[in-house]
Amino acid sequence: MIVRVMLKAALLFVLCNVIYALLNPLAALGRVSLYNAVIPPRERFPYSENPAAAYSVSVNTLTALFASHALARPKADDEFRVLLAGDSSTWGWLLTPEQTYAAQINAAGLRLADGRRVVAYNIAYPIMSLTKDMMLLELARDYQPDLVVWLVSLESFPYDKQTFPPLVRENPQAVFPLIEHYTLNIDPAGFATPTLFDRTIIGQRRELADLLRLQLYGVSWAASGIDQDIPASYTPYLRDLPASEAFNVFPAPTTLTADHLAFDVLAAGIDLMSDVPVIIVNEPMAIADGANSDLRYNSLFPRWAYDQYRALLAEQAALNGWQVVDLWDSVDAGLFTDTPVHLSPTGAAQFAGRLGQVIASKFNGS
Amino acid sequence: MTVDLLTIGIFVLGALTVSLLPSRWRAWALLAVSVIALYGLQPRLSVRFADFILPSLTVGISVAGWWITRADSDEQRASLSQDRITFGVVVALVIGMSLFRFVDADYRLTASRPPNPLWVITGVALATAIVWGIRRMSGRGILLGGLIAVLGAFIALKTPLFATAIAAWARGLTAQDVSLASPLDLNWLGFSYIAFRLVHTLRDRQTGLLPALTLREYLTYVIFTPSLIAGPIDRAERFAPDLRALATLPRMDSQRLLHAGERIMIGLFKKFVIADSLAAGVALNALNAPQSGGGLWAWVLLYGYALRLFFDFSGYTDIAIGVGMLVGVQLPENFNRPYFKTDITTFWQSWHMSLSSWARAYVFSPLSRNLLRLKRRPNAATIALICQIATMITIGLWHGVSWNFLIWGLWHGVGLFVHKVYTDNTRKWHRDLKAKPRQWQAYSVLMWAATFHYVLLGWVWFVLPTPTDAVQFFAKLMGVGG
Repeated sequence: MIVRVMLKAALLFVLCNVIYALLNPLAALGRVSLYNAVIPPRERFPYSENPAAAYSVSVNTLTALFASHALARPKADDEFRVLLAGDSSTWGWLLTPEQTYAAQINAAGLRLADGRRVVAYNIAYPIMSLTKDMMLLELARDYQPDLVVWLVSLESFPYDKQTFPPLVRENPQAVFPLIEHYTLNIDPAGFATPTLFDRTIIGQRRELADLLRLQLYGVSWAASGIDQDIPASYTPYLRDLPASEAFNVFPAPTTLTADHLAFDVLAAGIDLMSDVPVIIVNEPMAIADGANSDLRYNSLFPRWAYDQYRALLAEQAALNGWQVVDLWDSVDAGLFTDTPVHLSPTGAAQFAGRLGQVIASKFNGS
Repeated sequence: MTVDLLTIGIFVLGALTVSLLPSRWRAWALLAVSVIALYGLQPRLSVRFADFILPSLTVGISVAGWWITRADSDEQRASLSQDRITFGVVVALVIGMSLFRFVDADYRLTASRPPNPLWVITGVALATAIVWGIRRMSGRGILLGGLIAVLGAFIALKTPLFATAIAAWARGLTAQDVSLASPLDLNWLGFSYIAFRLVHTLRDRQTGLLPALTLREYLTYVIFTPSLIAGPIDRAERFAPDLRALATLPRMDSQRLLHAGERIMIGLFKKFVIADSLAAGVALNALNAPQSGGGLWAWVLLYGYALRLFFDFSGYTDIAIGVGMLVGVQLPENFNRPYFKTDITTFWQSWHMSLSSWARAYVFSPLSRNLLRLKRRPNAATIALICQIATMITIGLWHGVSWNFLIWGLWHGVGLFVHKVYTDNTRKWHRDLKAKPRQWQAYSVLMWAATFHYVLLGWVWFVLPTPTDAVQFFAKLMGVGG
């Protein structure tokens, strides 16, 4: 009898896995969420390196990211919906949800001339990659944005950074159509092709567990308002810099052209928003004043590369009619934290004020 | 300690192997596996050799426990040759485990590199001589001494101040940094349960209730692997017949294997799916309690903790019972739908039942008997209050000697006393109410809610590390200070 039971159980197990693989329901399951229904929504996408302390878990299922976000709430009639896309600095590394740019813009209570309230949503995600931003923007179109503010930095532009974020690599179904449609200069070889096994319950056990954990951590998030494990202290960004002018694949200064950087991805991101205006903001960075600061602005960027990048960005903006605001040196070096692009709460408040001014000036708001 | 799926898998395979052995080898195999598991499951400790010495001490005190509780009877004397063989087997196993010193770390069954086998042999010889010598002392005195020693060790290990002092002493002996000493240095696998089993046998020998047990039976009972980590606390007189019946147990009993498998699967689901999921963000803990803003979500965290604790603990119990069934030992049940009970007394008859019945047998009953024998004895209500509180405080302090566990014990002791007074004074009213089914049903629902929430609020003392934390969280539950 025991053999018969074991055989039946094994058969049922295989059958469930095959049916699951054929239905491929992960994206649909990602939409099933307690957030916005039972649990208050998250103000930014869940991302964490320490889930137990951050009450958040990094999830690669895109539908689940959006379903947990405040953006999934119905849009109010008097709402002017602004999406802030970008990297960890916009997401709010070492900042509480109330200290992020989006939260501070909302706290400022901006209104447009027509009376609409400016409501900003943080759809940034840590790790610098324009392709990651573009992929998220494509999905964010469904949430009726009125304006996109896309915060970028040189570190998001190199082609080898495009497929680096796991969020991109784990979502070929979202990125491939964009690569094909816009004939982007991104090598699809960087993506793994999922096998039938990868689509089974066993193959997707990690993703399924993360979906469940995202819901469960929602309770502690709701109780505490904490969504990031912010350490009590951190190592500040480097003021004394190495005597190197290397950047990305370039060991020494060279002439950068638009082809070296993923301007095609930036163009695609702007294009896919169609009639939703997009403002590109070159985000602020710390300008170090220690050793070798004549060679580099900071540990991320040598002066030669960054200066050329700014010139190229301005050139491409003029060429394509993009709205670009260059705020690269708008925040004092003392207001950055662990990296030259992460702002302190004071720095973030200051910069959010600048962003608010940018939005207001473009749309006659106050 | 927590046990992962791989370890449980090894338990199950080990149990299956034991059950498939020829009948005369099963009890021996069970003993050998239990001794080896003591070393295999012992967590790695910072104090040098402590993770070898503590399992060896478990074996040593268990052998000593048998030696001093050994009955002076014909039945006991009849097993002398088997006892000698058992002793030899156990000594060989302990010395054998020390040989892992010469095995590569990846293949060791011990948590870290054991001490030199020559030292182990010397230690075993010395311990044997001491235990042998102890037996020559007076019978009653030695039993009392044994009880004091076990309880003393238990209190020392469960009291952070004493445990840290012992850890510092041990670190000093091994020339390690004394300032790093902490109670975690003495994370002795299963000692909480082993100590209570030893107390049971010592006390029952004092009262003459303990049956004659061979060394093999006694040792297997005390260190039985499935119930080492989370109980249940079985009784020797119930365990021994199962062990004796192993020789006649059919090798491939599909009904038994299916029941065992079902029980293990239920346990795995409770522990690894429900409890671990609740632990991930839904259950109250020392970290999220102070971070909680209070109000509704604080209550949700508390409900989450109550459920998590039940599913975690009862899940482990199901796994232990299932693995026990695989080898042919029917461990006692430890939970009987405790959160559905309509009064605190039946709650405690259905939550961690083996611990509460142990406390009833070795704290409540003897204490109430002694109070009743006093010349100027207190009235019945005072005796009930003293006994309930003493019993529940014992259960509380069993989890650790701290103010929080003490208050938690007091909380339940008072609850049990109030319930007793209430039922004593409302018997007639209850009888009348039972005759009206609808009202009785409504009353039962009300009593269930009151009982559940009394237990629920009690968990605040249990889960948070200090009374201040608990009081602050109570304030948040009431919507103050969030």
